[in-house]
Amino acid sequence: MVVAVNGRMSERERSQRLTGAEVALAVLFGGLTVAFFSIQIGETGEFSVLASENRVRAVAIPAARGLLLDRHGRVMADNTPTYVISSQPGPLQEFSQALGQLREPLGLSEARVAALVRERADRPFQVIVVLAGATFEQMAHIEERRPRFPNLRVDLLHRRTYPLGAAAAHVVGYLGEITEEELADPAFAGYVPGQLLGRNGLEARYERRLVGRDGVRYVEVNTLGAVVRELPGTVEAMPGQDLHLSIDMDLQQLAHSAFPRDYAGGVVGLDPRTGEVLVSYSSPTFDTNLMVGGVPQDIWDGLLQDSQRPLLDRVVAGAYPPGSTFKPIVAAIAMRAGAADPGTEFDHACAGGLPLGNRYFRCWDSSGHGRMNLVSALVESCNVYFYQLGQALGLEALLQGAAGLALNGVTGVDLPFEQPGNFPLSTAEFDQMYGERGWNPTVAEWNLSIGQGENTQSVLSMAQLYASLATGRPAPEPRLTRLAGAGDPPRTSGRDLGLIPEQRAALIGALVDAVNHPDGTAYEHRLDRWEMAGKTGTAQNPAGEPHSWFVGFAPARDPKIVVAALVEHGHPEGETHLSVPLAARIVEEYLTSMEQMAAR
Amino acid sequence: MTARGTSELVGEGQTLGVALLLSLLGIAVIYSAGQVDIPTTPDRYWVRQAIWLALSLGAFLAIRRVSLGLLQWVAPWLYAISVLLLVFVLVFGVGPGGSWIELGVGRFQPSELAKMATVLMLAKTVTRREARRAGDRRLSRYAKPTLTAGIPTVLVLLQPDLGSAMIFPLLLLAALYWTGAHPLHILWISSPMVGLVAGATWWIWGIWFGVVLLSFRLGPVRPFLSEGVAVLIANAATGAATIPLWNSLRPYQQDRLLVFLDPQRDPRGAGWNLIQSQVAIGSGGAFGQGYAAGPQKRLAFLPERHTDFVFSVVGEELGFVGVAVFLFLFWLLLRRLLRISAVAGDSFGGVAVFCLLAALTAHAVVNIGMTIGLFPVTGLPLPFVSYGGSFLLFTFAALAVAQRTAAEA
Repeated sequence: MVVAVNGRMSERERSQRLTGAEVALAVLFGGLTVAFFSIQIGETGEFSVLASENRVRAVAIPAARGLLLDRHGRVMADNTPTYVISSQPGPLQEFSQALGQLREPLGLSEARVAALVRERADRPFQVIVVLAGATFEQMAHIEERRPRFPNLRVDLLHRRTYPLGAAAAHVVGYLGEITEEELADPAFAGYVPGQLLGRNGLEARYERRLVGRDGVRYVEVNTLGAVVRELPGTVEAMPGQDLHLSIDMDLQQLAHSAFPRDYAGGVVGLDPRTGEVLVSYSSPTFDTNLMVGGVPQDIWDGLLQDSQRPLLDRVVAGAYPPGSTFKPIVAAIAMRAGAADPGTEFDHACAGGLPLGNRYFRCWDSSGHGRMNLVSALVESCNVYFYQLGQALGLEALLQGAAGLALNGVTGVDLPFEQPGNFPLSTAEFDQMYGERGWNPTVAEWNLSIGQGENTQSVLSMAQLYASLATGRPAPEPRLTRLAGAGDPPRTSGRDLGLIPEQRAALIGALVDAVNHPDGTAYEHRLDRWEMAGKTGTAQNPAGEPHSWFVGFAPARDPKIVVAALVEHGHPEGETHLSVPLAARIVEEYLTSMEQMAAR
Repeated sequence: MTARGTSELVGEGQTLGVALLLSLLGIAVIYSAGQVDIPTTPDRYWVRQAIWLALSLGAFLAIRRVSLGLLQWVAPWLYAISVLLLVFVLVFGVGPGGSWIELGVGRFQPSELAKMATVLMLAKTVTRREARRAGDRRLSRYAKPTLTAGIPTVLVLLQPDLGSAMIFPLLLLAALYWTGAHPLHILWISSPMVGLVAGATWWIWGIWFGVVLLSFRLGPVRPFLSEGVAVLIANAATGAATIPLWNSLRPYQQDRLLVFLDPQRDPRGAGWNLIQSQVAIGSGGAFGQGYAAGPQKRLAFLPERHTDFVFSVVGEELGFVGVAVFLFLFWLLLRRLLRISAVAGDSFGGVAVFCLLAALTAHAVVNIGMTIGLFPVTGLPLPFVSYGGSFLLFTFAALAVAQRTAAEA
């Protein structure tokens, strides 16, 4: 046995510290007993009332979501007050009686009433929404008869509305209810069931900035559910931040109305100097106002099953062969690699096509263009010239140039769901795709040289490439928001055509002629007051008539807008390009409005 | 076995009986806590707790056979292992707060092992011969015990698990108190901890610093100059560490402390929990709403029903009578532990049992008190009742050490 001897501790001291500990235990447990006695015996009445009637209610003060404003401060996403009628947990019979009395004033169908009663029975302890978006009269109808509807609640909420609706659906996006998986995700900490969050477009991309933080207030309610007094502890809501967009609402509206009816496609306009996106429209579209907070199932199913895929933003996620709009890019790669200069001519004049082995590669003009140099071949979009240019450049050099421009990458735009382009970066990729002997380098080279073959780009990607041509600098990353201070330089992408001034001037000259010279492919839609540079494109595709492309910029010597337009199957045999007038109108409208603003 | 040993065996029956009763009641409460009206995932906590209880009983019987001499010998090794595990869990920890170690079959919280190891190590160091030389007035003889408690405090604080970290300084105070340290010595040793809290406001910290300084001059015992300076430096250091340490806490932990100071601060988050717990307990009245029938709990208004707020279920469903029974059983058990440490005196066993008693008391009182807002919500579990295997193991190990001490005394 261990006998400890502490010379300084007497028996008296030992019994003192034992007594001290005994007293401490007695005080602690005695104190707890007294405390529980006072709560459970003394104040039990008050607490029982609180418990049985659940008289304390936490009422969320919803934070106003940040607005979306266009480049001139006009509202593109708004919060509109609306009333939401919901049912608190309560007896089922009382609920169905209340619905019986309210069926007419609330305009509920028999089927809707039956569905609500079933939902109430299935989820006895949850709040269920009877009518979202009720009118002031419907709210008043219930409030005037308050005692009859103790378990119905009417809340003033702000419903998200989109003044442009379908005209800006893909850019702005819409709100949807948070899912259970998202609620479990720590990234969505602070969100509550039923909360709406951005589901697409800028609403989704800038969710954090827009959402704000809900507040809460505590109220004591009577048995009828009416508030008898406010309890302390209110936490004010913190509204979300507004988002200032680079979009021009007028231009957006114009794109919507001018887009060829019943055609799919996309059009985008951006400022080549800053990358600010002025307009971005994808067709077919959908009305975002119908989507907010629970889109009706039939509409949703319709959107999902539509073979035209209206939910797809073709500007950032479309994948199209760029066709002849890619020729200036090939020309730039060739000039940069020293394979050609603006005056270079090749052995074969264009006679409507060029044979390769036992195959015949056609030019779009079967009567032939005759002798061409790089500039005239661009103006008239001669395929035969570009087959030979591709051959002179060589496949390796072409792929290297494409890799330098990140043609298999993204533009970096601040929108969700952007898809990268497709472009093989090495011959090894061809080997992988077709097997080592399964492809012919010359065929691949010829196809890629005229924007066909293993090359697909989004509409925005083409606009970004042309922005580099327009300014002679690395293209900026496209941006829909003007968040940073005015002094911040735009973020540049790696896409830089890197031409010396003479080469660039010749290329731009060719694109000016393509629009403004009577032989040019876009001559019909030249602008009266501005010199526009641009290139049409006809993209062959297996799905039907060729797609119609136009990418260009204006004014040609001092570019303020780059526009890229694509209309799916928009260039039927023997007819004109549908993309060109669309792009021309957008450019004209924008430059006119800039002029007017400058005059003011 | 001596006659005395036999009488202690009868005592063992009582101790184990009360502990088992509390544990079985605990499982019943955990079962009830799972009975709610909202659809949740199938709730088998009570089954797992029953398995843990069986394991804990096994541990009790095993540790009961280990002599105090062996415990004393193994203490440094156990302490070293638990410190290593605490470091390990900082890097590889899983679960909420990252304070668990994944074992494959389940999770294990090394801070519970550290509590036991620290108790044994403390008991060993404060009963060393040089720590208790007659007439020794040096403060420095408490350096080793202070370091022994300090290391796990810091490591657990880093997890950060504020509630458990609090326990280690308490163990030190208990050991010093039980071995008869002078109250002023205890004050000086604990002063840096107080400084840590006071450091939140500079002038309060200044007043505290002045009090410590004055106690050097005016008290019946005086420190050596170097020791006084060391105490003051430690106070300055912890006072300066307060703000950075506060900023390192997770927001929910800051909330819990602030809500204790001002319950209306966050009425939807942490404050809401407290309000709901009080409403549940208050509505229980004298006889409760009936076992498994508490409406607040059934509607899932009660937060953390299996762990932090398990006693709210007792209060709501069993009423004041049930609460009083639980409080009485706890008091009975703790008082029995106090008796054992009194018999064993300031020997290794006596100090160990007193420290364990202090730890269990703190857990019980803080956990029960926080359900009605008397203490901040620190996440300390309620012995025998809260769901959680590591802590149940610790509790029964503590009882085993106590029983062994009783048998050897």
